[in-house]
Amino acid sequence: MKHVIVGAGPAGVTAAETLRKADPDGEVTLVGGEADPPYGRMAIPYFLIGNIADSGTFLRKSDDPYDGQGIRYVQGIAEDLAADDGKLTLADGQQLDFDKLLISTGSHPIKPPIDGLDLPAVHHCWTLQDARDICGLIGEGKDVVLMGAGFIGCIIMEALALSGSNLTVIEAQDRMVPRMMNKTAGDMIANWCRSKGVNVMTSAKVTGVAEDGGKLSITVDNGETLPADLLVVATGVRSNMDFASGSGIDMDIGIKVDDHLQSSINSIYAAGDVAQGPDFSTGGWDVHAVQPTSVDHGRIAALNMAGHDVTYQGSLNMNVLDTVGLISCSFGLWQGVEGGDSSEKVDTANSRYTLLNFDGDLLVGAVTLGRTDHIGVLRGLIQSRIRLRGWKDKLMEDPNLFVEAYVDLTRT
Amino acid sequence: MVKALHIVVDDCTGCQQCEMACSYKHEGVFNPAKSRIKVFEFKDQGRSVPYTCTQCSDAWCMQACPVDAISVNTQTGAKEVSGDLCVGCKVCTIACPFGTINYNHTSGKVDKCDLCGGEPACVEICPTPALTFIDAETTGMEKMRYWAEKTDQGQTAQT
Repeated sequence: MKHVIVGAGPAGVTAAETLRKADPDGEVTLVGGEADPPYGRMAIPYFLIGNIADSGTFLRKSDDPYDGQGIRYVQGIAEDLAADDGKLTLADGQQLDFDKLLISTGSHPIKPPIDGLDLPAVHHCWTLQDARDICGLIGEGKDVVLMGAGFIGCIIMEALALSGSNLTVIEAQDRMVPRMMNKTAGDMIANWCRSKGVNVMTSAKVTGVAEDGGKLSITVDNGETLPADLLVVATGVRSNMDFASGSGIDMDIGIKVDDHLQSSINSIYAAGDVAQGPDFSTGGWDVHAVQPTSVDHGRIAALNMAGHDVTYQGSLNMNVLDTVGLISCSFGLWQGVEGGDSSEKVDTANSRYTLLNFDGDLLVGAVTLGRTDHIGVLRGLIQSRIRLRGWKDKLMEDPNLFVEAYVDLTRT
Repeated sequence: MVKALHIVVDDCTGCQQCEMACSYKHEGVFNPAKSRIKVFEFKDQGRSVPYTCTQCSDAWCMQACPVDAISVNTQTGAKEVSGDLCVGCKVCTIACPFGTINYNHTSGKVDKCDLCGGEPACVEICPTPALTFIDAETTGMEKMRYWAEKTDQGQTAQT
């Protein structure tokens, strides 16, 4: 059996390792699109601030983790997919034959249609190479503008701020991290960031970027014009699936996969940021571009490719973010469900916030700010569908007791 | 033979000496807030519940780590965090459905129970049979497995 995995992020690497064990006699080929060995995007901020070398971001630290483990590693960009023939063509002309293919090509950042975003001082911070390019442009006295305060923008915001740069963040929505935080929590994060010296603008849009005397000049629709040595664009990503567009595979915002991570073509699976798979909370289909989902996808897709029959319960949308020292988390249906109760505790003075959303006596979503201890039990409570019984009333009174609720309900 | 930390809730008196011992062993200070085992008090029930990592086989923390910083100690079976490799991204803290791997604001990295390399300080200090370190197969791991399976992302049918 010839297994080809195209895309060597967390989903692809996990799948390759799982396949290597689950199908000892099969051939496993892993195709990475970048010059660097497979690395973890979540580690990039720590490289940017100089805590770790670039090698500290690598997904695997052992010597020769791919070819040395019986995983053939190939570098190249996928260009064409001939599903019926079982052939994947790379940009350099190389053809890879497969019996089973996993698409784990991730996503790429997009730029909104604004004049001037092609200037040399405008960068994304998506790949490890992007981070290297940015390193020389940040530091004391540099004017840096970050466009987009979503999750991706925010994970590098701290590094940009800690570099000593004069940092301005511009977010088009009415709050920071709008896809992970409600207005209360998003505003608390913005106020925290301002107290740390970051200039935060919300409900503000960049309307144009020009070069002016060796610097960028960034025009914002709130009337301000900002000088900048660097503009980082973090306004969203799109799945990398163009190479498969002629294959007839079903795609929407990602490659559509079923509860076995199998696509509309039997021999092809998808995992990670490129996969539009089952959503645990809604029962629908979505892209959850987060590390835990990627590795779960990779593992389960690989087991199914190896001939096992493993059903995926769906991914839980969840995130953890550190914005200049304030740690925030969101889980599941943090916006709540119709007819469901909510329990909220706001402690503005200490930048602490807890929101729990229930459906009956099940926890279905949560947002926290300023707390980290035992935070994972929120996943446990939601995904194990633990009936809260008498704890529901206690949590309605004080949502901060969720760890006590979990321990009491599961340790008898 | 792999041993496991066995917790018998009914035998816990809530003395919190395990928290002190853990904190001292790992952090060099007697501070329950820095302990990797925590005793939850349910006063209305008169119940104290020691709580820490069960070294579960699913190891969500280890699987979710983007930088290979968590590995299995082959001697003890413990999932251990490498302070050198951990970057402090906290992904493991939301991936673990038991909430037993936590961010340490002082070190900027994550902490979890490492079974003290095979001689758990909490077990040594525990004055009752609430905490013991015994053959993994005879502990109450069934309960742990039950909750692990309930959270599991992939349910294996016929293989």
